[in-house]
Amino acid sequence: MEQILKIENIEKYYGSKSSLTKAIDDISLGVSKGEFVAIMGASGSGKTTLLNCISTIDRVTAGHIYLEDSDITEIKGKALNKFRREKLGFIFQDFNLLDTLTAYENIALALSIQKKPVKEIDTAVKTVAEQLGITEVLSKYPYQMSGGQKQRVASARAIVTSPKLVLADEPTGALDSKSAKMLLERFRYLNTECGTTIMMVTHDSFTASYASRVIFIKDGKIFNEINRGSDTRKQFFDKIIDVVTLLGGDMSDAL
Amino acid sequence: MLFKLSISNIRRSLRDYAIYFFTLMIGVSVFYVFNAISGQAAMMKLDESSYEIIDLLSTVLSGISIFVAGVLGLLIVYASRFLMKRRKREFALYMTLGMGKGSISRLLLIETVIIGLGSLAAGLLVGIGLSQLMSALVANLFEADMTAYKFTVSVKAITKTILYFGVMYFVVMIFNSIVVTKMKLIDLMQSDKRSEQIKLKNPIVCVVIFIISAIALGAAYYTVTAGYQELSRSKLIGSIITGAVSTFFIFWSVSGMILRTVMSMKGMYFRSLNSFTFRQISSKVNTMVMSMTMICLMIFVTICMLAAAFCIRNSLNKNIKELCPADYDLQFYLNGHYPEHDVMKIVEEEGIDITEDFSEYAHFYTYIDESLTFEKMLGEDAEEIKKSYSMIMFDSPEKIVKVSDYNALMRLYGRDELELEKDSFIVTCNFKFTKELRDRTLDKGDEINVFGRTLRSQYDDTVDGFITLDVARSNEGIVVVPDDVITESTPLEMEYFIGNYCSDDKDEAEKTVHEKTDELMKNLDFGPCMFTSRQEVNRNSAGIGAIATFVGLYVGLVFLIASGAILALKELSESADSVGRYEMLRKIGADEKDLNRSLFRQTGIFFLIPLILAVLHSVFGMNFAVKTLEVFGTEDMGLSITVTSLILALIYGGYFLITFFSSKSIIKERK
Repeated sequence: MEQILKIENIEKYYGSKSSLTKAIDDISLGVSKGEFVAIMGASGSGKTTLLNCISTIDRVTAGHIYLEDSDITEIKGKALNKFRREKLGFIFQDFNLLDTLTAYENIALALSIQKKPVKEIDTAVKTVAEQLGITEVLSKYPYQMSGGQKQRVASARAIVTSPKLVLADEPTGALDSKSAKMLLERFRYLNTECGTTIMMVTHDSFTASYASRVIFIKDGKIFNEINRGSDTRKQFFDKIIDVVTLLGGDMSDAL
Repeated sequence: MLFKLSISNIRRSLRDYAIYFFTLMIGVSVFYVFNAISGQAAMMKLDESSYEIIDLLSTVLSGISIFVAGVLGLLIVYASRFLMKRRKREFALYMTLGMGKGSISRLLLIETVIIGLGSLAAGLLVGIGLSQLMSALVANLFEADMTAYKFTVSVKAITKTILYFGVMYFVVMIFNSIVVTKMKLIDLMQSDKRSEQIKLKNPIVCVVIFIISAIALGAAYYTVTAGYQELSRSKLIGSIITGAVSTFFIFWSVSGMILRTVMSMKGMYFRSLNSFTFRQISSKVNTMVMSMTMICLMIFVTICMLAAAFCIRNSLNKNIKELCPADYDLQFYLNGHYPEHDVMKIVEEEGIDITEDFSEYAHFYTYIDESLTFEKMLGEDAEEIKKSYSMIMFDSPEKIVKVSDYNALMRLYGRDELELEKDSFIVTCNFKFTKELRDRTLDKGDEINVFGRTLRSQYDDTVDGFITLDVARSNEGIVVVPDDVITESTPLEMEYFIGNYCSDDKDEAEKTVHEKTDELMKNLDFGPCMFTSRQEVNRNSAGIGAIATFVGLYVGLVFLIASGAILALKELSESADSVGRYEMLRKIGADEKDLNRSLFRQTGIFFLIPLILAVLHSVFGMNFAVKTLEVFGTEDMGLSITVTSLILALIYGGYFLITFFSSKSIIKERK
């Protein structure tokens, strides 16, 4: 399978010389096209930092990240914004929708920033809304929607530009279990039916069990990695729980 | 402890406070500068009558200061209430930590005192500096000698400023404590969870209201411009109220329509960050309809006042050059009687000779024919004109002058002489209003009967001209006739003596002539007389010009500051609230350039909306002002408008730039 994301020995330090924190300590990994990867770890394990580095929101201290052959640690300024809006899609824990815009306008914004023609925008928004089951709420404002609907709108905004890679940071973090399940079903649909490559950060085993591969991070290093293979979701979930147990007290909040 | 907390609070919210502090400071300095004028002027070498004018000026300015203090007071209360709203979460924190309301009140009190003292001190310093510049302006207006000028500080103005602003800050403190005692913890804590309800107004209602307001505004415009002739006081007040109310409803409906309109233009709405930009603007305008109305009206008043003030000043100066071409002008009212006393005769009888003080002079009479009235001059059109201009005295007889006398005077004035044909007449006139009527009705060959003779009009129109010294173009019309029309027995209207002093020391010459005329006046049989001296006209017009300029500047500056400050506060707090939105846009890959452009458009449109309507109001308002100021002459309107625009651009534009750059730094990416 073609590798879409390749991370080579990246490191990220915070703080000054006297009190140095290694948020990421030599991590290397690869993501293939059409994969659905979950990154698990306790609070402070460095998973969000990793995601921020991949999403170019943060910069690495050392190492390289390649997305489709271009080294994103080398891109700067304007090109970085262009890269971000064309190649990546973001889903955040707290939705990050603009409260002054309707769902439709929120989704369309991702395309209008790319200065796409209106007609193209309209079809794209409607298609993606259908895929995520939010056609009815398109004309509503965020405050008129439930958490689940908001997150699906945010997801629609992330994938409407057909990004190479969708990055999700704790997408179910602010959702009730029913909405979370519904959202994850949609993620799996996007992954299997539309071929969207998704990389998701979570500390919730249930959420992680929807992925095809789970990478565990502890203290800025990769601790373990398991593939779903042909397991059912339930079996995969059990396997994840096993690893989490192995991780011990540090990850007890992940249950 | 509370003091420390206050200090750190101010330091922390410096950005919010900066514009507030800046506005207070300008307010204080403007207040000081205008109240210090009389003190500044006292330092200059001025003549007696200039001091009188400055006394009048300072009385007028202190009256206006009360009004200005009211406006600034409202602005300060508005701004502090606004800043309080932004601190609800902070107050909630204090209260959950167990701080009593009394302590919070005291905390705010200390903050107000610090800000108040700081702004007073800074404002007074700036004011004292600026008032030195103001002295130069005063000197220029009164043509005073600046060589003996020293740096001056007006203690009186300082005391007054401190007193007025002290009262204002005291009101703010009371106001703040009331707000604090009314606060409820639960409301404070939930204040940031603002589930902003975005209600789009019903578009049909908006359009209907817009059309109604536009029509009402149009009618008001019409009443004060095209309907000027029939304008009564109650109609004028009615138009002003209609204008203000329609302004409110236009903002109300436009705020609803802008978004709808832009949204329907899909190609534009979904281009780049436009959808975000317009939503931001729309929500701002929606919550600011009342403030926008106030701002719009304040800018409107400012533009009209400033332009009118400069216009009066410039025109007066220019008028004097043209309309006072001689030093002295003495007039005796003879009222149709034969002259029993004539300047020359009295000179002989009383032994007072005023002619000896003049190097050159013209002495002549004007005549009246009771049958030749203004109405007669208008001819066939008189009836029609009478209907629409009821305030004109149509039956007053026309002033008549011999052409040789007129030409002699013109030689003295250095103006063009008339070449009057046999059996003809010419009307000279420079009062725009009657000139228009006369020009309309006067035709070449039109005949009039005067003193039993029939004369025909030599020209189609009136000729620009006048006979007496004046500050304004107020010659309503004089009929110039051939010398042979006037006989020994023709009834006299007035006697004129107009001339230039021999002496180069005009002030001294004026004094001498005054003494002589006073002597002449003692003769009680003498009848009413009037004199005009160029020196006096100069002083008076400088005074009128100065008062107009200072009043216009004072009120205009304060209104502009208030408008700019309200918009700036709102825009800055909106930017602070929107930081998260910009952060999000950045995350999904919006270019910094696009974000800045969006912010620029938001700030720009926000500042432009009230300005546009205010300028539109001003176009009609100025039209009205031009008509009202007709006698002063309004040819210099262009220059006045330029100066006004410069002041507007400087202050309003300054606030815009400060707001834009501060907003930009607020939304800047934090790394």
